[in-house]
Amino acid sequence: MTQTTEQSTRAAVKAKASRVPSKGLPKWVLGLVGIVVFLGFWELMPALGVVQAKYLPPASEVIAALVTDLGLSAFWVAVGDTMAAWAIGLAIAVVAALVLGLVIGMSPFLRRFTNSSIEFLRPIPSVALIPLAVLLFGIKIESSLLLIVYACFWQVLIQVLYGVADVDNVAMQTARSYGFSYAQRVRDVVFPTMLPYLMTGIRLAASVALILAITAELLIGSPGLGKEIALAQSGGAISGMYALILATGFLGVGINAVTRVVEKRVLSWHPSVRGEATV
Amino acid sequence: MKTLKSFGYLLGLPLILLAWWWLATSGEPNFFVPTPAKLLTTFVETWFGERMLTDVLPSIMRLLVGVLAAIVLGIVLGLAVGLNRTLRAVTEPVFEFFRALPPPVLVPVLMLLVGINDGMKIAVIISGCVWPVLLNTIEGVRSIDPVQNETSRSYGITGFSRIRYQILPSATPTIMAGVRQALSIGLILMVISEMFASSSGLGFTIVQFQRSFAVPEMWSGIVVLGLIGVALSFIFQWVQRRVLRWYHGLKEVENAV
Repeated sequence: MTQTTEQSTRAAVKAKASRVPSKGLPKWVLGLVGIVVFLGFWELMPALGVVQAKYLPPASEVIAALVTDLGLSAFWVAVGDTMAAWAIGLAIAVVAALVLGLVIGMSPFLRRFTNSSIEFLRPIPSVALIPLAVLLFGIKIESSLLLIVYACFWQVLIQVLYGVADVDNVAMQTARSYGFSYAQRVRDVVFPTMLPYLMTGIRLAASVALILAITAELLIGSPGLGKEIALAQSGGAISGMYALILATGFLGVGINAVTRVVEKRVLSWHPSVRGEATV
Repeated sequence: MKTLKSFGYLLGLPLILLAWWWLATSGEPNFFVPTPAKLLTTFVETWFGERMLTDVLPSIMRLLVGVLAAIVLGIVLGLAVGLNRTLRAVTEPVFEFFRALPPPVLVPVLMLLVGINDGMKIAVIISGCVWPVLLNTIEGVRSIDPVQNETSRSYGITGFSRIRYQILPSATPTIMAGVRQALSIGLILMVISEMFASSSGLGFTIVQFQRSFAVPEMWSGIVVLGLIGVALSFIFQWVQRRVLRWYHGLKEVENAV
């Protein structure tokens, strides 16, 4: 009896939820309208003389420059360099933060012992290390990696520590009384609890890594899209510069989308994602 | 005894790290890493004096103005967009793009559009910091409990007082998460905008030191940036505790049940 009422309420809620967005235009049409309005506004700004066209070329010109870029191998080499620094830096940071986070998080002593140092080191801005990176590595990929690894390491470490702290005490003690070894406890009790936190950390770190990869290229001059932007700017190729900036934006959107999908796949068994799928 | 123990936990690791640094550098002099004593004297000589007024304080002022403007702008725009379903759907893809755009690439753009001055640096900070606040405000407004909405509607609470007493308080925990991100992005952008095109400021001075191979001075600059970051994070935590006191109280009650 109760079950049927609950089911019917849920059905009602579901019907309401699906009815509301269908009021008016579908969502993707509205989004498209937003994009068109934005591009139109951009196109008109230089045409009406609000901004000089040599500082802000019209949208059509920039998009044309981006399309030309897509056919050039130099552009793809730059994208490849940026993505290589992004991927290597992110991978190093995630592995290091995961291992250290598990070791520190599993021991109450280490957690308290390292807390003050972590809280002190974490807010230090990674760009402060730019001069050091230049001094140590010059204009090579290692400079980018130093900044990326430093910035991403804290993002992931903090999430792993939160995740390990969230482990159910009863589950942990049950595992202990069944005689699970340390490795088994990590694999079967801690890891599943921590995984959603880890995925959040990786998602945040993925966009931070892109920011720092581009920053390092822009400021230090290590190879990649950021360096191309700096070159285009100093060479006066203004629409080329805007085209490259658009490209980095699309790269960011792509990275966000991919990490979302991966997160959903990896956590498909987890209540937070399962709940999303059914409603 | 108990306070002694918590002091040990607080200072133990930092002291070990300091001792290790001191031992590692006290042998033959290393060009890249100064000794702790050398760094301390350089730090005092370099930053406590004229530079405090010409470089450090202006940088911090620009940072504060930029971040505060971004927070106000983000919350106001976020409320406007978050409360209107159609507007939210229209703006979502464009906002998503601007959020994904790495903020440092806007430095060359704003250099062209605004020119090289203080206004450009503040504009760079605002353009990077506004997105986390804006998107978190929209998210916070969107996820308000529908029962609460209906209650305030049936009591006839509308307009400004609805925003003031229902919407802002419910969205604050989400907004604060955005402000936290905005602070660290702001600090990064402050440094970058000064490294790019400037003749004063912390970022400029540190790069100057690095180019002239004044290594201890460069390290002391990195320490200054670190201290600003740590100070900002402490101020943020203090403000957050005050603003969200009711929220943490509520969570404790919920967890206790």
